Amino acid sequence: MKVPHLNSGNTFGVGIVRDNGEILANTRSIYTPEKGGIVPREAVAHHSEKAKEIVEKSLQEAKLKLADIDLISFAAGPGLLPCLRIGAVIARTLALRLDKPIMAVNHMIGHVEIGKLTAGCKDAVVLYVSGGNSLVLTFTGGRYREFGSTQDIAIGNALDMFAREAGLKHPGGPKIEQLAKKGSWISLPYVVKGCDLSFSGIVTDAIKKLKTEKLEDICFSLQETCFSMLTEVVERAVAHTDKEEVLLTGGVAANKRLQEMLSIMCKERGAKFHVVPAEYSGDNGAMIAWTGLLAYKSGQRQKIEDTEINRFWRTDQVDVTWLK
Amino acid sequence: MVEIIKRGAEAILYLIFDKTFSKKVLVKERIKKGYRIPELDEEIRKSRTRREARLINEARRVGVAVPRIFSAVGYKIEMDFIKGQRLKELLNETNDVQRAQLANQIGEAVGVLHKNEIVHGDLTTSNMILKDNKVYFIDFGLGQFSKRVEDMGIDLAVLKQALSSTHFMYLNKIWENIIKGYKNTNTNANTILECLDKIERRGRYIKR
Repeated sequence: MKVPHLNSGNTFGVGIVRDNGEILANTRSIYTPEKGGIVPREAVAHHSEKAKEIVEKSLQEAKLKLADIDLISFAAGPGLLPCLRIGAVIARTLALRLDKPIMAVNHMIGHVEIGKLTAGCKDAVVLYVSGGNSLVLTFTGGRYREFGSTQDIAIGNALDMFAREAGLKHPGGPKIEQLAKKGSWISLPYVVKGCDLSFSGIVTDAIKKLKTEKLEDICFSLQETCFSMLTEVVERAVAHTDKEEVLLTGGVAANKRLQEMLSIMCKERGAKFHVVPAEYSGDNGAMIAWTGLLAYKSGQRQKIEDTEINRFWRTDQVDVTWLK
Repeated sequence: MVEIIKRGAEAILYLIFDKTFSKKVLVKERIKKGYRIPELDEEIRKSRTRREARLINEARRVGVAVPRIFSAVGYKIEMDFIKGQRLKELLNETNDVQRAQLANQIGEAVGVLHKNEIVHGDLTTSNMILKDNKVYFIDFGLGQFSKRVEDMGIDLAVLKQALSSTHFMYLNKIWENIIKGYKNTNTNANTILECLDKIERRGRYIKR
């Protein structure tokens, strides 16, 4: 059984997971800036203020006491440095006080593993899309490797940037999705470079078009363009690796149109499509708890002094000892 | 009678018998994608077909070995079927002398492409075929015309990345010879190689 903390950005979450994969608690508090983007200093203040409350709430939800917890995991990267640091401090304090083992977990692999657990798939091409990342990952040679990724900003970031300029409140993704339902097609730049993507030019163009085009039309075309690009790279990965499953995970996975596109692509290729349930799509504690548990059960051990944070931590730097 | 020889992510390749030329020709057809709205789908397939044909024709004009194109209409390109040995296998199976010679030829050809502002976009050894002692370049589907040093640098980065995953045992020797060939045919080589160095150091989540 185990607790974890997650906070590499605007979310402070705690999850408690049993080693058979049963999720006993998954609570979180999300810091929402009044205007603009995340201010790291404010996010840290939010996390430290909410930490005690969220930990207690998760224990209540799981009907457990702090002493029942056997392993502490936390997200050690990648992410915003101040946010990672506060999570690490809280996790190390708990581990020392309870005298329990600790695991530093890669945030991105957390999204992959919780997706596999809750959506029920084994060896998928993974599309991980969020505010900070847009990655196509495949498991080969003991590691999750990057098949393709964004060369500039992440898809979630792109949608948020546009939403902000269009006067839509944070989080912008769901609002764009609603508006898009009433829009029709206008042409935007489509930028796929091999297996890599670029979103910044599209956003710039979409913002420019705010002066001349209807907001609904831009929302529609922005989604169609960006999601087609993502789906194209995922399809290329499926064709290249011959994998039979696709998993969509991360905050942007909640978007119904993106789900639909990937599901059509999978159907056309004869692959199976899985999507992480909405509850586990955004950043959450359960994903870190589960991933730490997988690592621990497969024999990995860490000392407190090994649990350094790494804000540039890549997925392919992690030995995935729990998979063959 | 259609004989499908490859189903890629975005196109299928098949052979047909062309009466005008009385021989088998290869057809590359970009297929419809149900996940894209028709407006975007048609735009992408048409523009990529057109662009690929133009890139191949231009590469041929400047003396790089590529398939001859017979027609490019709608979503289909008809071209020569290059039957030979893929460098993906050959580079690992052959001896040191031929390996060096092939690498040099790759470098020279890429140098010529870049000198003429042609960026291939997918320089892997699966897209290089040896026939009659010449290295043919195929699949310009991800290519573009570009004057930018940056785009040429990325082209080389893709090549180096592909070599390091498929031919890691001989990587250093192969790369050395590619660069030798590249410098032979491209006077701007040093600037582009400096750019390559920068590109390699700026990947996401890489320690600097």
